[in-house]
Amino acid sequence: MDKTTATEATQLVQRHAQPGRSLLAILHAIQDEAGFVPPEAVAPLAQATNLSRAEVHGVITYYHHFRTQPAAPVTVQLCRAEACRSMGTEALAQHIEAHTGCRFDEPHGRAGAVGLESVYCLGQCALSPAMTINGTLHARVTPQKFDALLEAATAATVATNGMEETA
Amino acid sequence: MTRLFVPRDSSALALGADALADAIVEEAARRGVQVELIRNGSRGLLWLEPLVEVETPAGRVGYANVESTDVASLFDAGFIEGKTHARHVGPVDDIPYLKKQQRLTFARIGITDPLSLDDYVAHGGIEGLKQALAMDGTAACDALIESGLRGRGGAAFPAGIKWRTVRAAQADQKYIVCNADEGDSGTFSDRLVMESDPFVLIEGMIIAGIVTGATVGHIYVRSEYPHSIATLEAAIGKARAAGWLGDSVLGSAHRFELFVAKGAGAYVCGEETALLESLEGKRGIVRAKPPLPALSGLFGKPTVINNVITLATVPIIFAKGAGFYKDFGMGRSRGTLPFQLAGNVKHGGLVELAFGVTLRELLYDFGGGTASGRPARAVQVGGPLGTYLPESQWDIPLDYEAYAAVGAVVGHGGLVVHDDTSNLAELAQYAMHFCALESCGKCTPCRIGSTRGVEVIGRIRNGDTSTKQIQLLRDLCDTMVSGSLCAMGGMTPYPVLSALDHFPEDFGLDTAPKAAAA
Repeated sequence: MDKTTATEATQLVQRHAQPGRSLLAILHAIQDEAGFVPPEAVAPLAQATNLSRAEVHGVITYYHHFRTQPAAPVTVQLCRAEACRSMGTEALAQHIEAHTGCRFDEPHGRAGAVGLESVYCLGQCALSPAMTINGTLHARVTPQKFDALLEAATAATVATNGMEETA
Repeated sequence: MTRLFVPRDSSALALGADALADAIVEEAARRGVQVELIRNGSRGLLWLEPLVEVETPAGRVGYANVESTDVASLFDAGFIEGKTHARHVGPVDDIPYLKKQQRLTFARIGITDPLSLDDYVAHGGIEGLKQALAMDGTAACDALIESGLRGRGGAAFPAGIKWRTVRAAQADQKYIVCNADEGDSGTFSDRLVMESDPFVLIEGMIIAGIVTGATVGHIYVRSEYPHSIATLEAAIGKARAAGWLGDSVLGSAHRFELFVAKGAGAYVCGEETALLESLEGKRGIVRAKPPLPALSGLFGKPTVINNVITLATVPIIFAKGAGFYKDFGMGRSRGTLPFQLAGNVKHGGLVELAFGVTLRELLYDFGGGTASGRPARAVQVGGPLGTYLPESQWDIPLDYEAYAAVGAVVGHGGLVVHDDTSNLAELAQYAMHFCALESCGKCTPCRIGSTRGVEVIGRIRNGDTSTKQIQLLRDLCDTMVSGSLCAMGGMTPYPVLSALDHFPEDFGLDTAPKAAAA
């Protein structure tokens, strides 16, 4: 679902904007289902929550968690905070950039690119460096471990896409 | 049937505990060995994870850092009877790291199945709530004040006084809010409670509700903690089914409902007023105080907002009495603090001890020195807004007032160790960068000062070590400290200035340049 139509966005909002639910909770529900919050959802969200479109846009863009476009098929979130820095996360980040040919915190434009995102603390500070690949948490990550995990995640993504195409 | 334990907390999962648990069950079935596998919480000895335990007549025997590929050899060696193996670490309760601790808040973690109410009750749970139900609310607030419990999120405000304020407030609705937005690097004690003993937090919040007259509670958990959220939601469901939550708490006349709310990756939402804004569904922008949240908090109603550890410590205080808790600690810092050994440390994990222990004891007697094996050089205490302490300060007792006396903060008890390859100027620049990323934007010194801070430290690191640049950095820090509403802008200068004062060589300076006398 790369491009969302206005009708799809309205239906998405209607499914999740139950009365009494906060805007933040609605946004979570939308992103959990669609993988991101489509810009087309802003207007129906404003209508459903009795807020201005500016307020809805403000909330979406304030929080790092919300995406306004789909994540890359393989997305890496690497912790760049103090505990992980003390255990070499910056050197690991350099390795990851060199290995994938992608840059951290830049839009993943080209096909097959890996999404690289900096995050600040995954709560694994005694087992640094920590990261997630497609949402799965890993601790004590070394360059070798990263390469193996990336390979496995890429293979799993290809397998899933293949199944979707044949289905 | 032998009982085996494989932790289900996210640290163990991040090291492959799910695959390991499957491998053990499969291997047992293949060999026709009868086992009952329990997914316990973590003991907090995180460097040993995944730590598999086997129940034997001589107690629970541990096997550390177990991988799926070790499973066959463990069965061959007879680990079902607790026999020796390369991964064998002996009876877990006898491991000095654990044995030397004073576990009060964390009395149950790792021992029980986090989602078993029976386990919770069998290990002393729910006693505090029963005591609180039998007490008058005013007496309960007095007991909490008497215990000396102070806010464990970092601000260290006496919990009982906050509760008394909310209790005395007149309103048609009051709230209990748990701050579980544990965004500080180097801290994971909130996460351990939520994933390894969620019922203790639920019990603490129910007690807060019945004492203050609040009937609704919210736990605001950061989105980076999906395992905590899932565990809490499952635990709340069980507590509701058992009648702990709902219209009649344990059959009493008290009503209490509890909900989990998910954050969305904004560090500043760990600040209590920003958290309340976020919980209302808005941008997490800091509010001016007063009014205090105790009088005008969530949706403008009187609200107790406490950190996870504060609320999770309430049950043992009510179960064992204020005097019991108060007997731990020193000075005005009563009770225990769960210290979190993190970063470049050999034995990282949770160490709950009475206040008064020193960094040196924690770093060497518990932590075993650095993970890299190189000399330790600096320890950042209290999260990203805490100071970097050089070795000359490692013998100061960890106590709120003793730390404040040297301009440091105990905070949430997180310790991040850095070895002698660290560059404190780089870390200082990072502190400003993080503030620029995470500032909510309300106060100019924080929003703009942090970016200017990145720039001025960049110039110093590029060789402009003139007095003018150093003075500029100090003036900027002074403006941020004095001109910010909350700790984000107000305390970012702490790590920066401590790095500059104690590690001037990393900035290219010979000696610590002191600010010009005013």
